[in-house]
Amino acid sequence: MRTLLFLLQKELLQISRDPAIIVILFVMPMIQLLILPLAADYEIKNINLAVVDHDHSSYSRHLIEKIKSSGYFRLTDYSPGYNQALRAVERDKADLVMEIPASFETNLVRDNQATLFIAINAINGVKAGLGGAYIQGIIQNYNGEVRELWDQYPAFDPEPVIAVTFSDWYNPHMNYYMFMVPGILVMLVTMIGSSFAANNIVREKEMGTMEQINVSPIRKTHFILGKLIPFWMLALMVLSVGLLIARLVYGIVPLGSYFTIYAFASIYLLAILGLGLLLSTYAQTQQQSMLVSFFITMIFNLLSGLYTPIESMPAWAQVITRLNPVSYFIEVMRMVVLKGSSLADVRFQILAVLGFAVFFNGWAILNYKKRSA
Amino acid sequence: MKQFYIFVKKEWLHIWRDRRTLFILFWMPIVQIVLYGFALTNEVKNAKIAVLDQSSDPATTAIIQEINASRYFDVIRYLHSYEDIGRTFRQGRIRLAVVFPVAFRYDLLHSHHAQIQLIADASDPNTANTLTNYATAIIQDYQQSLNPNQALPYEIKTQVRMLYNPELNGAYNFVPGVMALVLMLVCAMMTSIAIVREKELGTMEVILVSPLKPFRIILAKTVPYLLVSMLNIASILLLSVYVLGVPITGNLGLLVGESILFTITSLSIGILISNSAKTQQVAMFTSMMSLFLPTLLFSGFLFPVENMPWPLQVISNVVPAKWYYIIIKSVMIKGLGFSYVWKETLILAGMTLLLLGISINRFKIRLA
Repeated sequence: MRTLLFLLQKELLQISRDPAIIVILFVMPMIQLLILPLAADYEIKNINLAVVDHDHSSYSRHLIEKIKSSGYFRLTDYSPGYNQALRAVERDKADLVMEIPASFETNLVRDNQATLFIAINAINGVKAGLGGAYIQGIIQNYNGEVRELWDQYPAFDPEPVIAVTFSDWYNPHMNYYMFMVPGILVMLVTMIGSSFAANNIVREKEMGTMEQINVSPIRKTHFILGKLIPFWMLALMVLSVGLLIARLVYGIVPLGSYFTIYAFASIYLLAILGLGLLLSTYAQTQQQSMLVSFFITMIFNLLSGLYTPIESMPAWAQVITRLNPVSYFIEVMRMVVLKGSSLADVRFQILAVLGFAVFFNGWAILNYKKRSA
Repeated sequence: MKQFYIFVKKEWLHIWRDRRTLFILFWMPIVQIVLYGFALTNEVKNAKIAVLDQSSDPATTAIIQEINASRYFDVIRYLHSYEDIGRTFRQGRIRLAVVFPVAFRYDLLHSHHAQIQLIADASDPNTANTLTNYATAIIQDYQQSLNPNQALPYEIKTQVRMLYNPELNGAYNFVPGVMALVLMLVCAMMTSIAIVREKELGTMEVILVSPLKPFRIILAKTVPYLLVSMLNIASILLLSVYVLGVPITGNLGLLVGESILFTITSLSIGILISNSAKTQQVAMFTSMMSLFLPTLLFSGFLFPVENMPWPLQVISNVVPAKWYYIIIKSVMIKGLGFSYVWKETLILAGMTLLLLGISINRFKIRLA
């Protein structure tokens, strides 16, 4: 036990006397937490619209006005022909082209039917899909107005109508911060925890101080614990500062309890740090350990459901997300913060990360050898 | 020149003889491209939903079947009370709940008016919006099937064409972004420790007393990594075309040229970091923290840049990956020529010169 205390003292001194590390540990994540959520906004708005109006009638002008005032579209290009408008799409000046044919008004009023042509830049499929749905909605709406002007409906509507009502639970203002900030915080804590741990043992190897440790009467378990505990405390501190920022800056107060978050985080960090230590028992140079740990954290982060929904991934990728501790923490964090889930609601996730923690740390202790190869 | 060549050879041997690192450098981009190319997509499909059917009549059964049959929804749970909805949401199992009131069909047939309530988990706003849109469309289809022969007067029809990506394949948007991300990180991280490693291991002294000029030292450090990166570019492009199915519609030579330019930009960022950092640990953390997230966020492939507040839009201009992403999209997917991307190319080239200039300027020939 005393050995462990000495080891802890050594590690903490090493960390606290390196100012660059402190900056990286606290200042950089905080800056990112302040900036990133502002950028992470998926909402589809500001769709750039190019209009080609061959008709120049009061109907076509009215329709364009209506689309402009919807709030989703910005009229950025008003071209005389379709090819010019297409050039605007090529230069990314427009996302969507609407071509109004000549005699649009006449066709509509006389022949009861007129056709509009719409071309959408579909490289971003979701934006194209939603943009198309928005503009068609507006056109239909306009169509209804025209109809009302010319047509007399019977007073009683004989057709059955199904009314759909919506409720948006847990985030009624559709605020993206509520969704992204908890997730980004998880990502920052993970990146810091895993890469510091991964680097640590290799650093001793590369510096040659590992030899001193190997000849001293330190047990393997003590050694690993001595590496684990300081980073565990640091990561929890980073988490606390992050939660404070979330509360003060973004006004995010978890619906659930802080206790649930910390309880889960303590186990989760053991798993993540264990993984880092495991990597560093294998690597020979800091370059190797950093590259690998970075590679793994990147995969963990991108396949965690933070940026893109897990359900949309192919089945094999969903299996990977089940083997990914980060996806559990992000899920739990969002559940606790937004939906007020309790420890009982997240018991499955707790068991999962507990399993990871035992697995990674056990392997790391087994693989750490006092003999140099 | 001979000195320079020998120095390049020394650097090359450093990389070549460290097989484990070389292995990582070669396989990392490949694994990432395949993983992200397939898995990263923001299409919404197979969303898990629950149904609370208080009416259980032929009409509600038909609607539930329609919803379940669509590729967007997966009904995983039939609830029995209103309280169940909250509980299922809290356990994180579902994204949407569809609630049918009592006597749905009766209302529909007799008073010609019935209601369906959609409750979405709006913690993810975009998914919530998309899901309610889809569900509403399915319900409206069902409603129209009730009264099929109804011709409307004064109809405005729309003909929609999806340009470049008619099947709305998510990979078209994500693959260019992933290419930018992976190239940026691999190149910058590789070089970020190149100089600082010599400092930490003490071999820097040997280099500093050699007759090589700082300019040459830095260049010699970059060249071998450039070779490795070109291998990476080749593997990434091959994978995008043959595995992920994103075609190269533009000029292949132009695409490769632009990729090499972007690689050099990334390598120079790494060199700059390496120059300023004191230990390998600091160098790698700096490159990781200051490159990964900004590249991910500001290149525009995950989050639309035009939605960001203006200070961030300004910041995004400094991120090289943003320009590369625009170039790749234009050349690879839209099939445009150099005349469309010369501005972006010029910006990348300018950035590279600036970064290299700063590195050479700040390279200290004296030990601290």
